[in-house]
Amino acid sequence: MPFTAAEIDALRLSFGVAARSVLFSLPFATLIAWLLVRGRFRGRFVLDALVHLPLVLPPVVVGYLLLVLFGRRGAIGGWLYDSFGIQLAFTTAGAALATAVMSFPLMVRAMRLSLEAVDQGLEDAARTLGAGPIDRFVSITLPLMLPGILAGGVTAFAASLGEFGAVITFVSNIPGETRTLPLALYTAIQTPGGDAAAARIAGLSLALGFTGLAVSEWLARRVRRTLGQA
Amino acid sequence: MIHVDVALRRGDFTLDARFETPEAGVVALFGRSGCGKTTLVNLMSGLLRPDRGRIEIGGETLLDTASARCLAPEERHVGYVFQDARLFPHLSVAENLDYGLRRSRGRAHVIAYDDVIALLALGPLLDRRPYSLSGGERQRVALGRALLAQPRLLLLDEPLASLDAARREEVLPFLEALRLRLVLPMIYVSHAFDEVLRLATHLVVLEAGQVVAQGPLTEVSCDPALTAIVGPAAVGAVLDAQVLDSDAATGLTRVRVGRSGELRLRAAQVAAGARVRVQVLARDVILSDRAPEGLSVRNALRGHIVLIEPQGDEACRTLVDLDGAQVVAHVTRDAVAALRLRPGAEVWALVKAVSLRSHSFPPG
Repeated sequence: MPFTAAEIDALRLSFGVAARSVLFSLPFATLIAWLLVRGRFRGRFVLDALVHLPLVLPPVVVGYLLLVLFGRRGAIGGWLYDSFGIQLAFTTAGAALATAVMSFPLMVRAMRLSLEAVDQGLEDAARTLGAGPIDRFVSITLPLMLPGILAGGVTAFAASLGEFGAVITFVSNIPGETRTLPLALYTAIQTPGGDAAAARIAGLSLALGFTGLAVSEWLARRVRRTLGQA
Repeated sequence: MIHVDVALRRGDFTLDARFETPEAGVVALFGRSGCGKTTLVNLMSGLLRPDRGRIEIGGETLLDTASARCLAPEERHVGYVFQDARLFPHLSVAENLDYGLRRSRGRAHVIAYDDVIALLALGPLLDRRPYSLSGGERQRVALGRALLAQPRLLLLDEPLASLDAARREEVLPFLEALRLRLVLPMIYVSHAFDEVLRLATHLVVLEAGQVVAQGPLTEVSCDPALTAIVGPAAVGAVLDAQVLDSDAATGLTRVRVGRSGELRLRAAQVAAGARVRVQVLARDVILSDRAPEGLSVRNALRGHIVLIEPQGDEACRTLVDLDGAQVVAHVTRDAVAALRLRPGAEVWALVKAVSLRSHSFPPG
């Protein structure tokens, strides 16, 4: 089943958007997960709710809010454009931002679970062996969170590949720029005689999904084996 | 000197402990579970902060709430061996051992890597992962890891408590070897008196958050505060003794206690001159007001009564000095009256050879 150049483009674009979204989110998600699990501050509940908001809001609403905030005349978008010449609305970078926001709660949840399972006694042991706060985080906490970071990363990557509502609202459906796989599928369905193309793209998405799950499971097993939890 | 004076309130538990011990040797922190032993070592390590207090080791102040000084655990250089080992699961044994060592750069290295590996027999374990180790092996690695961080004091919080009896016997000899080979002050938390007997030179007894007795083990072993914790059946004087000779025919070894006393017993260590530690249980000591005749008892030591105090309704706790070695005897009030026992009175303390046990305890 040969793919058309436009479909290959959509596939390549989807990967690019998802990869950027995940790489960009990882450090922030780690920080937020840490704050939510270990932080002792007022307003933790508010932060928690804020992070999880994209899970319960219609994606179109998230896309709309992004447009308001990050559009050329938005509060943040205007400043980014005037100061750095960065434009997010209707660009690939914007698509990455939209998918990052949408998949962020999934990533944080996975990391949070694994951080909650990290025995603080081990961090105490590291302290008595002379490790300061950052040293401890890097040498003990982070490696022990690794299963959650991997799981969160893979889940977020898969979700990013499939994000539709927020992307089409914020950055529209521009071929080669913001038309990722789900948008290409949507376009194919809307086009008369696009049935075959739609089927090909749907099949491709299915295969990607399975591969993602398999990779994630394989990684998780490998890590668990090193930690002796298997 | 190690000087500790700390107070902490948590809910309805109050810890208010003060003790002072020399830096040489092993100090046992002894008491029932829940008396505050672990809290006290956590305060010494810096993992917990007291409401008020002062901790000093070898002239350096680690904590002084009066002058708002409180070193973080990572700045204290106090080693800690936890009850549950707490090896880092993502690192191999060798990497676990290196963890503290690498972070001790720039400070004097007194404890050599090869010595620790040899002393704790860690060589065959280096490539293993923590999950594949037995409980005893884990504690040995935890000990090595703490030692290699070059601590100035080592805290051991019931390192054998999570092990079954066979595993404990596996690890105890390593702890005994550490005591002899390293010049490192150690604080050994335990609620098992047999461990204390084998390892400790000094004893700090903790009861409900307070220090109720402290001093060299041989002195504190006769303290009534200890009786309350170990129970009347297990209490007894601990004597440091020296082997005089051994008779292969009878299987009995003569040891010197105090300045002139002699005990016959079945000893673990029979080389003449060897240092052993003997526990004489209070319930095994019989007092006589005259030199005994025609008895099967192999030990009759002459001494005088130092102190008699009532204990419970029928019994009396009697402290007897045998020319420099003190033993404690539990006798009935009836016997005290019949024999007219009183402080200063001359008595013979009788102990069956078979009821005495000794173990090797060379001075560190």
